[in-house]
Amino acid sequence: MTLLSYAPSKAGRAAIDSHRVHPEGTILDPNMAQSAPSQSEVARPSATDNLVEIRDVHYSVGKRPIFSGLTMSIPRGRITAVMGPSGTGKTTLLRLMTGQIRPDRGQILFDGVDVSTLSRTELYALRLRMGMLFQNGALLTDMSVFENVAFPLREHTDLPDSLIRNIVLTKLQAVGLRGAATLMPPELSGGMARRVALARAMATDPEILIYDEPFTGLDPISMGMIVRLVRQMNYALGITSIVVSHDVEELAILADTSYIIAGGKVAAAGTFVELKDHGSEIVNQFMHGLADGPVAFHYPAPDYYEQLLADKA
Amino acid sequence: MNLLRELLENLRQFVATIGATTLFLGRVLGQVPRALLRPGLIVEQVHNAGALSLVIIMTCGLFVGAVLGLQGYDLLQRFGSEDALGTAAALALIKELGPVVTALLFAGRAGTALASEIGLMRATDQLTAMEMMAVDPIRRVVAPRFLGGVIAMPLLTIIFIAIGIFGVQVVGVQMFGVDSASFWSQMRASVGMDDIHEGIIKGCVFGLACSLVAVYEGFTAVPTAEGVGRATTRTVVTSAVLTLILDYMLTALML
Repeated sequence: MTLLSYAPSKAGRAAIDSHRVHPEGTILDPNMAQSAPSQSEVARPSATDNLVEIRDVHYSVGKRPIFSGLTMSIPRGRITAVMGPSGTGKTTLLRLMTGQIRPDRGQILFDGVDVSTLSRTELYALRLRMGMLFQNGALLTDMSVFENVAFPLREHTDLPDSLIRNIVLTKLQAVGLRGAATLMPPELSGGMARRVALARAMATDPEILIYDEPFTGLDPISMGMIVRLVRQMNYALGITSIVVSHDVEELAILADTSYIIAGGKVAAAGTFVELKDHGSEIVNQFMHGLADGPVAFHYPAPDYYEQLLADKA
Repeated sequence: MNLLRELLENLRQFVATIGATTLFLGRVLGQVPRALLRPGLIVEQVHNAGALSLVIIMTCGLFVGAVLGLQGYDLLQRFGSEDALGTAAALALIKELGPVVTALLFAGRAGTALASEIGLMRATDQLTAMEMMAVDPIRRVVAPRFLGGVIAMPLLTIIFIAIGIFGVQVVGVQMFGVDSASFWSQMRASVGMDDIHEGIIKGCVFGLACSLVAVYEGFTAVPTAEGVGRATTRTVVTSAVLTLILDYMLTALML
């Protein structure tokens, strides 16, 4: 994969150079910034502009349908927001996209390859091209911050320790946590844990970064940092980003295109301005945070008075 | 009628669990060759499962041996054959008590630690995160822990037996004044290599069973606090029952 392109001496120097040239660490790896997009263009000239295509996907858990005919496309090199009320299966969508679960029907194409038809080995090869940021960071709790970021490199490459050290330090510098390298995950705040997780997701230089609820439970400062990082990764490195969230305000700053999922389908898609003035009731309710609407305040229940009287009897 | 249905349902679940565990064992064994390439990870787990259980194993070994000395002496002196205490206690420890009690302690100390550790990794998305980094958690997390347990268990059994025999000697020879020379010489004369093999084979099999149960329960734990708790409990119960059943079967086979 892309990892093989690391020639020890060359990349080692590049890592150090980038460190010198960009003391603020805004660019993770100058090699990557140029080579990642062009590489995929050269390798797949016929590939569409969409890195991920979801076509008429049906998925249900037990008898409860989660998706019924979901169709979306994630444009290459852009930030796509996926929004929707809680419980609409946003996280399920990510699990489908990354091949953790398979759809009942329909196709999920990643760069033209149907994810659901891949074997475990092929899937793992594909996942080296993806980076995923979990809601709580999902750092390995028995390793330091440094070792967490080094983990994918140690697992997938035979790079010498000195080189791994340089790569890890550059990635940590990019998320502003080089100074926290020796801390253990329980010593980190929620925002820091997520930034470390981002550095770890970046360690293998993926083409796409998937963020699962990156803003949940963060204070405004940490939130601002994450927003900045998502943009940086996207613009500086040309990485395709998918942000699953329901923080409308943050996504308004970030997203190039947005999807709202409701009722197992795409309820609306477009830029933020388009969504704000969308005619559909559910989109209106979601975008403006109304307590009642198509998503009812009350969970489905038998008739209130009848139930009260029946209980008495 | 209801009872019958429940019974059948339980039976079905039991068979399903055995099937799932066997498949899981297959997956783990499939990853063992690749896990062996990283001996550092296995050594770490031998330390976790073995070295950290050492104190409890040694303490229990000493007291089990001491009790064996008391009871054995009381029993044998009724027949005037106290000199046979060494033989009787050594055979009991090597063939039965050593492997079985070590396995029960191992399940309680190392098995629960394994199950809750893996279960918590599942509950906090660490295993999923690994899968997303294209790292097979069976190879990276489960296989080294399984191997660590499999290696540690027979070693712990041997240590338990050695300390146990020392305990018997303390009580029998030091306290009750059994003749030291006949204690040891009778033991050496009548305990054969077969007996020692039996103990070690049992230790290996129990180690395999207990480690498998622990990593399986942890890996398949429901990813909640309650789920991890249940997995831990089930690890102890299943390991204990399995150990005793296997003990009967192995003894019947090797007698």
